[in-house]
Amino acid sequence: MSLLTQSLAQLFGKKPSKPDPSEFSEEANRIHEEHRKRRSKSEILAIHEAREAQAKNTFWRRRRWGVLISVNLFFVASSVLHINALEGALTGSRFVGFHMADLNSALQVMLAFKHVLINLLIGTITIAFIWWLLGGRTFCAWVCPYHLLAEWAEILHLKLKAKGWAMDIKFERGTRTWLWLIFAALAFISSYTVYETISPTGILSRALIYGPGLALIWVALILLFEIFFSRRAWCRYACPIGLTYGLVGATSPMKVQYHLDDCFHDGACRQVCLVPHALEITKPQRATEAHVDIGADCTRCGRCVEVCPTQSLTFEFKGLSKIK
Amino acid sequence: MSIIKTSRRKFLKSLAFGSAAVGAAILGILPAIKGWVRKMRPPGALNEPDFLASCIKCGQCVQVCPVDAIKLADLSDGIGVGTPYIAARDQACDFSCDGLQCVLACPTGALTHEINYAHEAEMAIAKVVALSGCLAVNGQGFKGMARGPDFEGKLRYNEIDRWNPIPLNEHPYDLESCDLCVTHCPIEIRYAQCEAGNPPSGEERQCPPEHAIRMKPLEEYGGNFFMPEILEGCVGCGVCEMICPVDPPVIVMEAYPGSGRIL
Repeated sequence: MSLLTQSLAQLFGKKPSKPDPSEFSEEANRIHEEHRKRRSKSEILAIHEAREAQAKNTFWRRRRWGVLISVNLFFVASSVLHINALEGALTGSRFVGFHMADLNSALQVMLAFKHVLINLLIGTITIAFIWWLLGGRTFCAWVCPYHLLAEWAEILHLKLKAKGWAMDIKFERGTRTWLWLIFAALAFISSYTVYETISPTGILSRALIYGPGLALIWVALILLFEIFFSRRAWCRYACPIGLTYGLVGATSPMKVQYHLDDCFHDGACRQVCLVPHALEITKPQRATEAHVDIGADCTRCGRCVEVCPTQSLTFEFKGLSKIK
Repeated sequence: MSIIKTSRRKFLKSLAFGSAAVGAAILGILPAIKGWVRKMRPPGALNEPDFLASCIKCGQCVQVCPVDAIKLADLSDGIGVGTPYIAARDQACDFSCDGLQCVLACPTGALTHEINYAHEAEMAIAKVVALSGCLAVNGQGFKGMARGPDFEGKLRYNEIDRWNPIPLNEHPYDLESCDLCVTHCPIEIRYAQCEAGNPPSGEERQCPPEHAIRMKPLEEYGGNFFMPEILEGCVGCGVCEMICPVDPPVIVMEAYPGSGRIL
C-alpha cells in the first residue's frame, strides 16, 4: 500500500498496520537494527529526563492559540467595528471582497440545494486551495473555535481522569466516516443542511460574531461529554468538517515529518496527540523509511513537535528545505 | 472478555454515539423541515424550502443591513439555527440601503440575485388585522413618538439624513389624522418621488409600478375617518407594522406560507 492510500485508509478509520520488515528501506532497516540494541540504565534515565524536560514545552501551542484567537477576533472586529475586512462567519465569509466558504458547509449547501452559485464555487475553491497548501486539518487546530474549547476541556478531562473522576470511552474512528456519509446523504435527501444545526464550529463562530444563543447549550453538552466520558470525542469520532479537511490535506506540501534516526520511541508524542493513530509510525519497527510524513488526519497542531525530546518530529513544507 | 466481545461492545457504543449526533441534528431541524414555525425572511429570499436548502448561515446579510433588521435564528426559533429572519415589529426592512445590500452579500443565492429594487422584493404578506384599534378609523390623530421613548428601532428619513437612519424616538410626530403606515411605506415614498419626476438615485428603474398602501376615506362616517388598505404593490417589508403606534399593531406581516416538507 502506498503511503497516501494508507494515510487515507487511516483517515477513514482503519487501524494502522505493522509493516513487514521486508518493506523497510535499507536506511530504515539499519536504524531499526540500531534501535533494537538494549539501552543501558543510564541511557534510559537520560531519556526520561529529556522527556520530562520537554513535556511542558508549549512553543507551538502558544503560537497556535494566538493565531486561532486572532482569526476569530478578526471576524468579530470586522462585524462590531464595521471595518468590512472579513465579513460573515466561518461557514461563509468575504475577505476584502473575496468569497470564502467552509468546505463542509458548502458541500452541505450544494447537496441540499442541488444548484451551485458561482460565488459559492469561487469561495469553495479558494478555501480548498488555501487549506490544501496549509495542510488540510490545519483548519481544525489553527482556526476552529471549538478546537480551542475542546483543548481546554481536554486539560480538565486529563486532570479528572488522573483522579478517577472521568472515564475515556473509545469509539470506532470509522464513526466519523459514517457520520460524514450520513450527513451528506441527509442533506441530499432532506434538502436541508442538517449538519449545520449541530455544528459546534458554526454555532460558536456565529455566537462570537452575532451574539450568544441557546444553541450554545448543545456545544456545552458536547464539551461536558468530552470532559467526563470521552477525550476529544467530537473532533476524534464525529466532526465531518475534520474529515473533509483531512481529505483536502492528504496531498498537502505542509506536513509534520517523522525522523526515525533520533527517536527514542518513548511515546510522548502519542500521549498529547488528538489523532494518536497517525503517530503509530513512531513505535519501534514501524517506519519503513528514515523520514516519513505523518498522515492526512494530522491537524498540524504541533503538540508532538513541541513535546518530542529528540526533535524527531518537525514541521516540513515540501520543497522549502531544498531552497535552503 | 474475548476480543470479539470487546469489539462488539465498541461497535455498539459507536453506534449509540453516532445515532445521538444524527438524532440531535434531525431534532434540531425538524420544526423547520416540517414548517411548524414560519418567520419573515430577508428580501429576495427564495421560497422557504429552497431558502432552507441554500442558506449557508454565515450572517453576511446581517452585517450589511444599515438598520440591523436581520437577525439570526436561534435553536428556540425553530426555523433553522443560524438562518436569517426579520421581526418587523421590532425592526422592519426600510430599504434604506437602497441597493438591497443583503441580497448582494448573500454568497449562496439563498437571497436571489435576480432582484435589484425594493419593489421587486416579496418578503411577507401585510394584513390588516386589528382595525378597531386603528387611530385613523376612530378619527384620531397622533402626537409624540410613534413607539414611545424606549423603542430602539430605526428608519431613514430622506429629508433629515439621506445616508443614515435615525432612531424612531428621535423623530416625534404631530398628526391630525394618523397615516404613519402610509407616509412611511418605502414603496409609497419611492412612488411619490417618481411622480414628482425625481426617482431615487435618478433611476427610472427604481420606480415601483404600483401603490402599496393607502388611507381609504370612510365616506359613510363623513369627514375625518380613514382606514389603511393594502394594495398590489406591497412587498411586505414591515415598516407599517413597525411604525404603527397602537398595540397590538393594526397591520402585521405574515410570512409566506412555504410548504413544510417531510424528511
